[in-house]
Amino acid sequence: MTDISAPNAMGVAKQRRVDVTSAAAQARVRARYRSEARFKTYGLLALGITTVFVGVLLSDILLRGLPSFWQHRLVLDVPVAADAFGPPGKADVAAIRGGDYFPITKAALANAIPGIESRSAEKQLNRLLSTGAPDELRERLAANPALIGKTVKVPLLLSDDADLYFKGGETAIVKRAPRGIATPSGVNGEITVLTASNDFSDELITIKRALAAAAARTQFESNRLLKSPDKANQTRGTELAAEAKNLSTRAELSRGEEVLDDKVPSVLIEINGGLVKANKLGDSSITGEVLLPLKSTAEAKPADWKIVTFVTPEANRKVTDQEVAFLERLRSNGAVENVFNWRFFTAGDSREPELAGVRGALVGTALTLFVTLILCLPIGVGAAVYLEEFAPKNRFTDLVEVNINNLAAVPSIVFGLLGLAVFLNFFGLPRSAPLVGGLVLALLVLPTIIIAGRAALRSVPPSIKEAALGVGASHQQAIFHHVLPLAMPGIMTGTIIGMAHALGETAPLLMIGMIAFIVDVPQSFVESATVMPVQIYLWSDLPEKAFQAKTAGAIIVLLGFLFLMNGMAIWLRKRFERRW
Amino acid sequence: MDAQVATSTHTVPRMTAGVGAKVVARDCNVFYGEKHAIKMLNVDIPDRSVTSFIGPSGCGKSTFLRCINRMNDTIPICRVTGTINIDNRDIYDPSLDVVQLRARVGMVFQKPNPFPKSIYDNVAYGPRIHGLAQSKAEMDEIVMTSLEKAGLLKEVKDRLLESGTGLSGGQQQRLCIARAIAVSPEVILMDEPCSALDPIATAKIEELIDELRSNYCIIIVTHSMQQAARVSQRTAFFHLGTLVEEGETSQIFTNPQDKRTQDYITGRFG
Amino acid sequence: MSGIYFGTIALLMIAGFVAVRGRAHALASTGAVGSRLSMHSLPMYHGLLAATLVLLPMLIVYLFGSTIVTRWSEAQALSKLPSEVATNELARGAALRDVYNILTGKFQGEPSAVLKAAAEALRNSSSLGGWLVYGLGVALAGAGLLFSFIRVNGEFRARNMFERIVKVILLLCATVAVLTTIGIVFSVLYETMRFFFDPALKGRPTVSDFLFGTEWNPQAALRADQGDIKTAFGFIPLLTGTLLITFIAICVAGPLGLLSAIYLAEYASPAFRAWAKPILEILAGIPTVVLGFFAALTVAPLIRGWGESFGLDIASESALAAGLVMGMMIIPFISSLSDDVINAVPQSMRDGSYALGATKSETIKQVILPAALGGIVSAFMLAISRAIGETMIVVMAAGLAANLTFNPLDAVTTITVQIKTILVGDQEFDSAKTLAAFALGLVLFFFTLILNVIALIIVRRNREQYD
Repeated sequence: MTDISAPNAMGVAKQRRVDVTSAAAQARVRARYRSEARFKTYGLLALGITTVFVGVLLSDILLRGLPSFWQHRLVLDVPVAADAFGPPGKADVAAIRGGDYFPITKAALANAIPGIESRSAEKQLNRLLSTGAPDELRERLAANPALIGKTVKVPLLLSDDADLYFKGGETAIVKRAPRGIATPSGVNGEITVLTASNDFSDELITIKRALAAAAARTQFESNRLLKSPDKANQTRGTELAAEAKNLSTRAELSRGEEVLDDKVPSVLIEINGGLVKANKLGDSSITGEVLLPLKSTAEAKPADWKIVTFVTPEANRKVTDQEVAFLERLRSNGAVENVFNWRFFTAGDSREPELAGVRGALVGTALTLFVTLILCLPIGVGAAVYLEEFAPKNRFTDLVEVNINNLAAVPSIVFGLLGLAVFLNFFGLPRSAPLVGGLVLALLVLPTIIIAGRAALRSVPPSIKEAALGVGASHQQAIFHHVLPLAMPGIMTGTIIGMAHALGETAPLLMIGMIAFIVDVPQSFVESATVMPVQIYLWSDLPEKAFQAKTAGAIIVLLGFLFLMNGMAIWLRKRFERRW
Repeated sequence: MDAQVATSTHTVPRMTAGVGAKVVARDCNVFYGEKHAIKMLNVDIPDRSVTSFIGPSGCGKSTFLRCINRMNDTIPICRVTGTINIDNRDIYDPSLDVVQLRARVGMVFQKPNPFPKSIYDNVAYGPRIHGLAQSKAEMDEIVMTSLEKAGLLKEVKDRLLESGTGLSGGQQQRLCIARAIAVSPEVILMDEPCSALDPIATAKIEELIDELRSNYCIIIVTHSMQQAARVSQRTAFFHLGTLVEEGETSQIFTNPQDKRTQDYITGRFG
Repeated sequence: MSGIYFGTIALLMIAGFVAVRGRAHALASTGAVGSRLSMHSLPMYHGLLAATLVLLPMLIVYLFGSTIVTRWSEAQALSKLPSEVATNELARGAALRDVYNILTGKFQGEPSAVLKAAAEALRNSSSLGGWLVYGLGVALAGAGLLFSFIRVNGEFRARNMFERIVKVILLLCATVAVLTTIGIVFSVLYETMRFFFDPALKGRPTVSDFLFGTEWNPQAALRADQGDIKTAFGFIPLLTGTLLITFIAICVAGPLGLLSAIYLAEYASPAFRAWAKPILEILAGIPTVVLGFFAALTVAPLIRGWGESFGLDIASESALAAGLVMGMMIIPFISSLSDDVINAVPQSMRDGSYALGATKSETIKQVILPAALGGIVSAFMLAISRAIGETMIVVMAAGLAANLTFNPLDAVTTITVQIKTILVGDQEFDSAKTLAAFALGLVLFFFTLILNVIALIIVRRNREQYD
């Protein structure tokens, strides 16, 4: 050891060394490490929550949307009467296209499910088909008029409700084998079915339970409404209280026949090739109407008949018991097929969910984005080059820079107001047109492209420009021949990201009227059109449940394009990224 | 790798200082990924004196310095083998807590790096996280004493609540020293503490180092051989990751044993 | 018409370029003015100059000409219609639509004789005007071509002239952004002025009615003669609704975004970062209309269901659902901006703290966050500005009822929702209701402008601190 001087006045004795050995010190250190671990966990948790949200969002959209890419059709033998389109053998294509197909499809359905007598049942049967059901038939007949007078096997599009039923979730169907022998009193209309043992007591209990549950639910809702200060709510609450009392009385009544309504599960009997829906339910008998006609009134042995329950009450689903009966019969006949829904990509918008497609919106989007791209790419690059290379550094360019950065954060709906006031009202450009949409979106993404362009230009080292200037190139030659090409990958990445942003933008386009219901696929830049995000918004507002799936389906298409564009940007960045 | 280590062993001189040294390194190797930055280093550093590390750029002196309070832990690709003992305790022992180690081994950096807080809070930061003061009065005392020891109190006592970043470069560096000594470390590491300062500020820092050596084991990395000669009692010369020669400062500068040391101090390379 | 015009532009540009460059080339290679080097500019620049002198005049003529022709020919068409049509804004719009439909053959049924006459007038005048514009454009382009053709000689500095033109064009490009801001301010300000001060406007409120009124019911203004105008355009409920939803959003996004940024910047290994960052980027790239759909169809019913199970009465369009999803939307903003500023804190700060024996979290909380505070504050301000201006999520998930409440379980409405509701569909530009949307737009623009500018100034100052 060398040169140790004696401790001075502020020596070791007075020094407050960090205590590392005592129990208190150890405890303090442990506490500090605990707090460290806690803090780290918070960070991980935050990321976890965000990830879960993204996962839930995407899977929710996928679950809702994927079914809309498939649709159900009925494949039936359709007899086309020889005189359906005028005198036999004289039908021309125009008559075939303009013909009335309802009688034809009606006949085909009647063939598929024979024996329907009641008018209401017949109506429900015909309602199973979409208004666009004969489209395929029409095309075939128009292409080959020789088919008129023959029976054609052709797919018919189902209505949205029928399609939804087949996609599941409407009701669970429970089938149970009985113990006794059953005797129906008729084959059609209102009949009674008697059984030799107490076969329906289980169903009766189920119904009573359902009534009790409904009573409890109604009571809860009534209590909630009664608490509200609103007068209308109060009235409704009192009504509901009475209804709840009624329901609970029915639930508590121990014996006897129960009258079924559409608020409790439906009980049906499959017997002698037909289906009977119970209106009155006793322990050993039901009275009800025939949904599918019976073949005979013969006695049925326990193995030959079944008790069927549609668990979801009729009031809570889109399809009636009668329709369920028809659909199940058609399915068991093998007439239902599930095919990829090409129409979703080839059709324009429609008020009928099963006929609606995104083609119009896709074309509108393409036209709009084309206008946006050809405007904002040259202007954005020009502005970036000017600001980065030619602009004098003074207060004005400072202001321009703040202005561009601010513009990038101005709410998009304000750009919509600008478009409305300037492009539509001042310049008199057409409403709803891709031209105006493109203009507004171009202004919207211009700041993004300018900022990305400037960053790309800045990342090119000055030595490149200096080298060009050194061999006698003009300032512009140096920039346009050397700097700009090197900055181009960065600019393209920024442009794609900007275009992806424009692709998802909705609010400003609502302002300039691109929200109209447009069936036709737009053909030019000045025709009325809509775009994907607006189409999504429009569909999400519609009450039909099938449109929810369509909306999610359209979102999947939109997200697909967005991921494609962003993927392209990432690829460009990876491929051409250069470190100087 | 092993072969490399073996061949370099015989070129490394063993320690020269006596037992009871404060910091003792034995067969110390440092790797940055594939790069072998320190090779089989052995050194003993005495307490209550100033030891300077000199050598050309990239010779590993700063790397070794950062090993002594395990600052290299913050670099993921850095790996240290061998032992470094402080008071006969291996600081790379897994059971040893790096946070407590750093409370005992303070560090001053090349560029002054005061926190963007008030002067008071800069100094109080260490005592606060280590729970050194029980009361406000005690904390005040620690801050005042540390500033006093760093020779800064006179200049800043009227503006303790102003930001530390508003001080001049030399003052900032002394603030960093005050911050380091506020937790009363046993060892203070200084990584070229004057390289970003002008000559007057440098002189003040050197004066301060000289005062501090009576209480601390100070290790200073410097590029300036004059500075090494002025402030340190012992000097170690590093070259290409190895410790070439270590000894009393006067001896290293007047009568170096190794040709490389001689070449370096006479300015033939470096 | 437009097709022919732009076709002509392309044709003249190519022809001018080829001809003028050819002439310059010939001149240079025949040695008429000596060796090639004695030409000041390369033949290509003579050609480019010619093409530019075609393009610019023709574009300018088209832009102004087509607007003027449209206006003029519509005026011609309207002059054939009864005078009450021309003065009534709604009727005028409908009549013009009819006229255009007749011209494009989309008119349903048989048009009246008056309409037919108007359509005829429109067709004639727009065709006449179109040819006038075309003639003017071609004439100017010809003059430009002639000029550049004659000026092909050794001394003419074609490159310098071309570069001067290019520079002016670049300057114009940079001005577009400024013009956009000016356009926004003026269009919104003009309609707002009319809203408050146009004496011809029925049912307009005073500025203080608007700014301090506590009831928003623009439908009332339609019945202007009977309605109580004072209570029709009270801005306060919209403000509180907007702020309530924004507050919920920030409560969600602030901690999540900031903690995510801290974890990614300080703790995460590069491999983890490579996985986690894209998740935030995906979230940032999801269009708000998709988030709105999710909020309305999934989150709102979920919250309502939870509320019911606790016996709470939650509106189906509660501020909570919209706020939560909006919070999710702005997480990526906060996290990526905060990530940037945290990374910008110099390593020496961290080293200084670690060297004193601080743990990572102590370093983060006591050194890094204070150092990055400015940037983080500005990230929050930009996120707030984004949340205030967000439209689709609130349009789809928040309600239309202008309730003056701070209860997150109630339905509230926001500024953007009201702008959208008022302006979507047919509007007449002389009703107070329509103009109210522009007043709201003005308020929105200035709110966000102030937030953005303060944030930008803070960011800039922060950047200078560490540069």
